[in-house]
Amino acid sequence: MVMTADSPGKKIEVDGLRLRYGAKEVIHGISFHVEPHEIFAIIGPAQSGKTSLLRCINRTIEFTAGTRVGGKVLVDGEDVQQVKSVYELRRRIGMVAPLPVGLPLSIYDNVAFAPRAAGVRGKDDLDGLIERCLRQAALWDEVKDRLDSLGTKLSGGQQQRLTIARALSHQPEVLCLDEFSIAIDPVTTMRIEDVLKELKNEMTIILVTNLVQQARRLASRTMFLWNGNIVEVDRNEVIFSDAPASKHTLDYVNGIFG
Amino acid sequence: MGDGAIDLAAAAAERRQRASVVARGAASRRRRWELVGESALEWLIRLCGVSAIVFVFGIFFFVLREGAGFLFHGLNLRQFLFSTEWYPTSQSNVRYGVLALIVGTFSVTTLAMLIAVPFGLGAAVFVSEFCSRRMREGLKIVIELLAAIPSVVWGFIGLGVLNPLIQKVFRVPVGLNVLNGALLLALMSVPIMVSIGEDALKAVPDSYREAALALGATRWQIVYRVLLPAAKNGLLAAVLLGVGRAVGETMAVLMATGHAVNIPHSPFDPVRTLTATIAAELGEAAAGSQHYQVLFIIGILLFSITFVVNFTADLVVKGIRKR
Ligand SMILES: Nc1ncnc2c1ncn2[C@@H]1O[C@H](COP(=O)(O)OP(=O)(O)OP(=O)(O)O)[C@@H](O)[C@H]1O
Ligand SMILES: [Mg+2]
Repeated sequence: MVMTADSPGKKIEVDGLRLRYGAKEVIHGISFHVEPHEIFAIIGPAQSGKTSLLRCINRTIEFTAGTRVGGKVLVDGEDVQQVKSVYELRRRIGMVAPLPVGLPLSIYDNVAFAPRAAGVRGKDDLDGLIERCLRQAALWDEVKDRLDSLGTKLSGGQQQRLTIARALSHQPEVLCLDEFSIAIDPVTTMRIEDVLKELKNEMTIILVTNLVQQARRLASRTMFLWNGNIVEVDRNEVIFSDAPASKHTLDYVNGIFG
Repeated sequence: MGDGAIDLAAAAAERRQRASVVARGAASRRRRWELVGESALEWLIRLCGVSAIVFVFGIFFFVLREGAGFLFHGLNLRQFLFSTEWYPTSQSNVRYGVLALIVGTFSVTTLAMLIAVPFGLGAAVFVSEFCSRRMREGLKIVIELLAAIPSVVWGFIGLGVLNPLIQKVFRVPVGLNVLNGALLLALMSVPIMVSIGEDALKAVPDSYREAALALGATRWQIVYRVLLPAAKNGLLAAVLLGVGRAVGETMAVLMATGHAVNIPHSPFDPVRTLTATIAAELGEAAAGSQHYQVLFIIGILLFSITFVVNFTADLVVKGIRKR
């Protein structure tokens, strides 16, 4: 694992990225970068391509038939299309999907899934790892007595936190959260936001969110994506000021978007 | 001008009211018919359900009645179940021992399942997870064709194709044996397992696959860590339906297993099954004779075996579901 903690620069660089589903292009050649150890927020109305963008970064987009990706995505300067093992790449990037997907396994096995796929076997190692991840996802206290029961039987919000624990389980360098707070109550959301602020020291975080205020609270920089184009990407002080570069940004951030 | 407008409005209101009265009448009539139709449908469905049960019991009682006379008066049950001597038409010393037939049925079915289950489930996984869409469509057509081949044709394949093949490959004098019958049964039950198993796998939501993918799982890891646990009920049902097909099959095994009453010591020994015995001898036995009745008692035995198999399968499925 290459630590780029003190080398300033670009953890992720996206260069002229285009994405097509069949004949329909949904991302039209966008370029931006994410700095190491920052929380980078992506905001934008529905259908603007936020989820698709994340799926291009860890290459799960290939799972959908008929997709064509153009341009480049670099992680630590390495083109994701040319990595040695796509599985290892995906483990370097934690992904939390907007709708919680508890795998039909026990809670323990859900969190142990990625470490096991990567070859971690020792019971003690796994136990410790799983407790830590569940604590970080603010779920440990609720499930510590029933780690053996099915992950799919948890409530929606608990499943969402389970997916966060799962995304942390392979100790990713980049954590992508796609509207993680959709199914979570405000109190738990705040707890997880606090965790994210701490995690920033260990990893780079990309936060896709519909809550403009969440982006404002957490991120150091924010990108406004609209219909597959970048309207503006800048430091939060600019995006959330009275005078961002684009009028659209001002309108969207203030909730008066056409 | 103003009055005219009011008039128009009033007229319109009246028309609307009249229309709504008419509509209400039609609606209530329609509702009555809907109610009648609905309860008729309900009765029809109930009738179907009840008739299924009635038929099963009817068949059971018919079979029982045909065999009851000898079953309760005269048949030596110990000899019937534990003797291997099946001489139903002997002039001097008639013996009705079906142990060899039971063992024959079990050996053919078990071997068939040992072959069919891995192939069937493997093919289901392949078709649903590892195939391009075009190839999948092609394979499904082939599989459905396989499922539609009548069992007599399978019997001929056993006689004409597998028989010489087994003789040549394994250097045995006769190719009509347990292995031959088991291969046929496997070929017959694999299509069922594949199509039901594939349905079960397809029913696992894509979000599971994608979640596992994002965690860095390979395709194989997705199959055995996510899909198999998620689809286990459906896959078990696929296997059980395949077993059902194999146990109940008559014609093909009649033609392919050599038809010798014999406890097999290897897959290359000929055997005879319970079903084949009934099919082969019922035509010759004089109606009402002892031999005829014993064949019906074999039917009762088969009935009990299938019942026990289904019942245990049910318990297994329920047990799995609970966990
Ligand atoms: N599997 C797919 N097949 C075809 N088109 C798709 C698929 N997934 C997404 N799209 C299209 O891509 C575009 C971007 O979708 P995407 O899910 O990336 O948007 P989003 O910004 O995440 O929206 P939301 O805020 O609603 O989650 C949409 O027009 C959508 O219809
Ligand atoms: Mg989305």
